[in-house]
Amino acid sequence: MSQTQTKETPTEALIKSKAMPGEGWSVTAREDALNRLVSMGVPHRRDEYWKYTRPDTLTQTDPMPAAVFVHDEAPLFDTLDRLKVVFVDGVFDAEASDDLSLEGLHIERLATATSDLHWARDIYGTLEKNGQDPVARPLAALNTAFATDGVLIHVTGQPSKPVSLIYRHKSETSDAILHHVIKMDAGSSLTLLENGPAAARLNKVMEVEVADTAEFNHVRAQGRDHERRAATHIFARLGAESAFKSFTLTVNGVLTRNECVIELTGDDAHATVAGACVGDGAFLHDDTVFITHDAVNCESRQVFKKVLRNGATGIFQGKILVKADAQKTDGYQISQSLLLDEDSQFLAKPELEIYADDVACSHGSTSGAIDEDALFYLRARGVPRAEATDLLTLAFLAEAVEEITSQELREELNKRLASWLERHSS
Amino acid sequence: MLSIKNLHVKLEEEDKQILKGVDLEVPAGKVHAIMGPNGSGKSTLSYVLSGKDGYEVTEGSATLSGEDLLEQEPEERAAAGLFLAFQYPVEIPGVGNMTFLRTAVNAQRKARGEDEMSAADFLKVIRAKAKELKIDADMLKRPVNMGFSGGEKKRNEILQMAMLEPKMCILDETDSGLDVDAMKLVSEGVNALRTPERGFLVITHYQRLLDHIKPDVVHIMADGRIVKSGGPDLALEVENNGYADILAEVAA
Repeated sequence: MSQTQTKETPTEALIKSKAMPGEGWSVTAREDALNRLVSMGVPHRRDEYWKYTRPDTLTQTDPMPAAVFVHDEAPLFDTLDRLKVVFVDGVFDAEASDDLSLEGLHIERLATATSDLHWARDIYGTLEKNGQDPVARPLAALNTAFATDGVLIHVTGQPSKPVSLIYRHKSETSDAILHHVIKMDAGSSLTLLENGPAAARLNKVMEVEVADTAEFNHVRAQGRDHERRAATHIFARLGAESAFKSFTLTVNGVLTRNECVIELTGDDAHATVAGACVGDGAFLHDDTVFITHDAVNCESRQVFKKVLRNGATGIFQGKILVKADAQKTDGYQISQSLLLDEDSQFLAKPELEIYADDVACSHGSTSGAIDEDALFYLRARGVPRAEATDLLTLAFLAEAVEEITSQELREELNKRLASWLERHSS
Repeated sequence: MLSIKNLHVKLEEEDKQILKGVDLEVPAGKVHAIMGPNGSGKSTLSYVLSGKDGYEVTEGSATLSGEDLLEQEPEERAAAGLFLAFQYPVEIPGVGNMTFLRTAVNAQRKARGEDEMSAADFLKVIRAKAKELKIDADMLKRPVNMGFSGGEKKRNEILQMAMLEPKMCILDETDSGLDVDAMKLVSEGVNALRTPERGFLVITHYQRLLDHIKPDVVHIMADGRIVKSGGPDLALEVENNGYADILAEVAA
């Protein structure tokens, strides 16, 4: 027997470094997930969906340190009336959080929700497991097995304000695994906000079950800590006439991989996944989206915009799968990058796989420089080059921001983007 | 006020001389027109004066009120009081017309060390000026020039001119793509801006526009030079006989 056969594999090493919470309703799901992880193995560069993003820093056992980004701005969403749920380096902070009671929903903390017959048992790890086929997502299985904290939100009505998950990053070596489960009852609605870096390295899964006619709105802003790393997954299952809308703003971060896996299982459902990102220098941002149409007359939209400079890298892997019975599907996908210099790059892999015959699907992917004619036009009217570039950059990102339903949130994000760009160029 | 001396310009990309010694003086309060056949260098002159990339000045000078224009960035020229009404106004998706104009007005004010205009004052002024040019609220809200008709784009140019109150206005084929009514509207907008302090350089192919915007002096440009200058009658001569006669006369 040769020595290499007894050497620990990266997957084994990673599993050995983690401890699985040992009791309660989630144990079976966690053990199943661990088995999935063992059979899949951690992601490798040879894997089809990891060609552009190196997974090694997301799976290595040693922590990946990231300096805490210090700034003097008011926190995002600060002026909004919202229910605050705060995590510090991946651990729920009761003192910093609001009282978790709000009419129309129930919130519990994953780490302390121990009753054996918990409603989340039917969802936790289930949507993640469904999302493993046909594309393996080992980091999500890892998350299900070893998540240490998160929230379980059961939405029964129309809460009067958004739930706002705030992720603070205080320790330079924090390594967080968060898992949220959201169950939307028929006819209910929720706006979920997320903001902050969460940790030096974050692995986050959110499973969202959207029942018939329910409406889920999600707006997140990933923290601006330059060295932070994040691998996030959203798994959503949509019932008839339901709506799911998710928007992500990413500015900075050395490595971000956001996967979104959506299954439209009820007729007349709608899903939108949108993202705007601004990367400068050591920045790699990867949006990997998989939308499955498995019902009649559903609509899905993917709108991604990336502004890249000084060697930043943007990646988009987006797929629409239309199953044979998903007639009258309307699928739209666009991914665009604005490359502010020649050192930056955008890698895009749009995919359509269609088995139904009565569908309308379109996709487009472009990368380009700033429009010189528009730039000159603005300058000829007296707007200095830097300011004109910012204006055009914001206009480019606006198409993704427009996907957010709430005008208040759109304005909040546009305002922030403008001030960040202005600081940057001055 | 605008003083161009022996201006020679070639294309940066290729070794092609476009302007071959242009001399032109436009005093304050006067309207000068430049006419000329296609390819004579009229639009190049307007681009070089406003600072567009892609041109190289090989000889000569251009000053505005004594300030060297050619050394300045486009935005500095604008703040110094130069305005170019574009032949083809650029569409800018995602940037609201109003936002664009307020940014421009305040950027110029800032560059000149003046106070920025408040949002309320700006709104009041722009509404009044837009009304005169029959520009409705919807056009102000839409992204810059997006979905505007040819006439709307040109009216929008004049609105910008009215808001920015430049010292020297260059109109590059502002009549192109306009029907008779639109031309009248645009011309009225321009005429309303004529003051003893402001100069105009009107570039056009046709005498038609000059019926509405009456020039003090008409120049004929050909092959990169001003070959003939005269009164308003010169424009009529071109209209009746074309450029051939004049060019032959100059060549003789």
